[in-house]
Amino acid sequence: MNLLNPFNISWRFFRVWQRNLVVYRRIWKVNFLPPLLEPLFYLLAFGMGLSTLIGTISHRNIEISYLAFITPAILAINMMQNSFFETTYASFVRMYYQKTFDAMMATPLSLGEVITAEIIWGATKSVFATAIMLIVLSGFGLVKYPEGLLIIPLSFLGGIAFGAVGMFFTGIVPSIDMFNLPIFLFVTPMFLFSGTFFPVENLPHWAQQLALVMPLTHLVALTRHLCLGLVTMELLLPTIYLLIFSILFFPLAIIVMHRRLIQ
Amino acid sequence: MSHVIEAHDLVKVFNGFKAVNGVSFELAAGECLGLLGPNGAGKTSTIRMTYGFSPMTSGELNVFGLDIRTQWREIKGRIGVCQQENSLDPDLTVQQNLEVFGRYFNIPKKIARKKAQQLLEFIAMEHRQEAKVSELSGGLMRRLVLARALINDPKLLILDEPTTGLDPQSRHQVWERLELLRSEGLSILLTTHYMEEAARLCDRLIIMDHGEILVHGKPSDLINENAGHSVIEIARPGNEVREFLRSEDIRYDDLPHRILIYGRENDQLFDIIRERYCFENCSLRMATLEDVFLRLTGRQLRE
Repeated sequence: MNLLNPFNISWRFFRVWQRNLVVYRRIWKVNFLPPLLEPLFYLLAFGMGLSTLIGTISHRNIEISYLAFITPAILAINMMQNSFFETTYASFVRMYYQKTFDAMMATPLSLGEVITAEIIWGATKSVFATAIMLIVLSGFGLVKYPEGLLIIPLSFLGGIAFGAVGMFFTGIVPSIDMFNLPIFLFVTPMFLFSGTFFPVENLPHWAQQLALVMPLTHLVALTRHLCLGLVTMELLLPTIYLLIFSILFFPLAIIVMHRRLIQ
Repeated sequence: MSHVIEAHDLVKVFNGFKAVNGVSFELAAGECLGLLGPNGAGKTSTIRMTYGFSPMTSGELNVFGLDIRTQWREIKGRIGVCQQENSLDPDLTVQQNLEVFGRYFNIPKKIARKKAQQLLEFIAMEHRQEAKVSELSGGLMRRLVLARALINDPKLLILDEPTTGLDPQSRHQVWERLELLRSEGLSILLTTHYMEEAARLCDRLIIMDHGEILVHGKPSDLINENAGHSVIEIARPGNEVREFLRSEDIRYDDLPHRILIYGRENDQLFDIIRERYCFENCSLRMATLEDVFLRLTGRQLRE
């Protein structure tokens, strides 16, 4: 395929994915600690701090504890953060400061393969972190099984969606400081308003509409259904949304990175 | 003779700026070809096109008889590249840098490990295999970059300023290894700022400026044709010597505090000048590539 085509993508991308795995294993203790401890921090803060003030919450006409309400949100936020921060800050460092992509492009790898591997690696980190968190949260009886096991493949889909949009930002930001903008305007509002710590229905109508455009809202909804063991047709629409979001931003990320790096 | 690289009329335009403007050259198998030129001459752009890093704007470029536009993957699998900027992977150890890089070429794990060991011996770094890249000196890093470029047993080695920024010891270390590789029949394309490096390593040179080739040929021929056999340098020259040179129609460069006269073989010019015009502040030396380079590309600073 022609050198100018951004979509020269073969299975060779797996080699780049393996490179990231080698690095991950070198510092696995650092990588394992956050997903192990973070859910405990959240449970401590919200469970002991807020739960007593709030009591129970009505979700789909079921009364659930506040802890059961926020557990899926903790998982979904973690899926978002792991892949988004991997394909923004970490990928930017590899691309711009470490010249890792330059070195790869002196081998039979194409840029399309490098970017594909970075996004899939971001999703892989989401899966690893989600699996560790699930074990911790299950210890508190907050996840219903076997339905809860579906959260693992879901974390891959969520990781692809947020990894792809993160890589898209990496392709367009002029400098690493500028990631503040998508974090301030995209990640932080989602963290707060995507049905994470209170139901979306509590928002004014216009804000509810806005929340429905955001991918985290759908990822939280899906995770919540699976945590509660509710495998219903309601899973279909948010899944389709995340698929379309990924199918849109994955090639878009490759195109902007191609424009940035191939000169 | 079969050509490893055949480049015809290469053009590279960046945002309306012509970095490379109609460059043509060939590299024969087993040959070492050097690209010389001031900063911004288009050397790096030219070799980046050669290894498929940067798509050419127009022209024809075949490597191993394959078209870079369509068969870039096969071509890249058979060349080794040392880029100008340090692109070693700081997240990996010395050994892992070689192994992981070998995996990008789809080299099986066991073979990549064995090859990495051999290459560490070749660059005399076996004892540093577990070191982090950030702990290495500039010279060791450059040797590691060279070893990494050899992981796939390339038939062509492309080096962009392989010894820039190195101390003399490290530079000689790199040169010795490159000479060894050359003697084994590896074809080499390199860019450099160092005339000594070009003269020592290269069979043939191309001097470029402003994206175009000025001259090409063997180092000794380039010196003879463009600077002559010897150079007389006169420090703080008087006006009489200038008048004499003009009247005799002799090639010379007039610098603010120095005159360089380019002489032919066996001429008596030095004796005449020393006797008539200066007694202690003039000297005779062999013409070098540096004379050629500065005569052709001028003495003004770049960038």
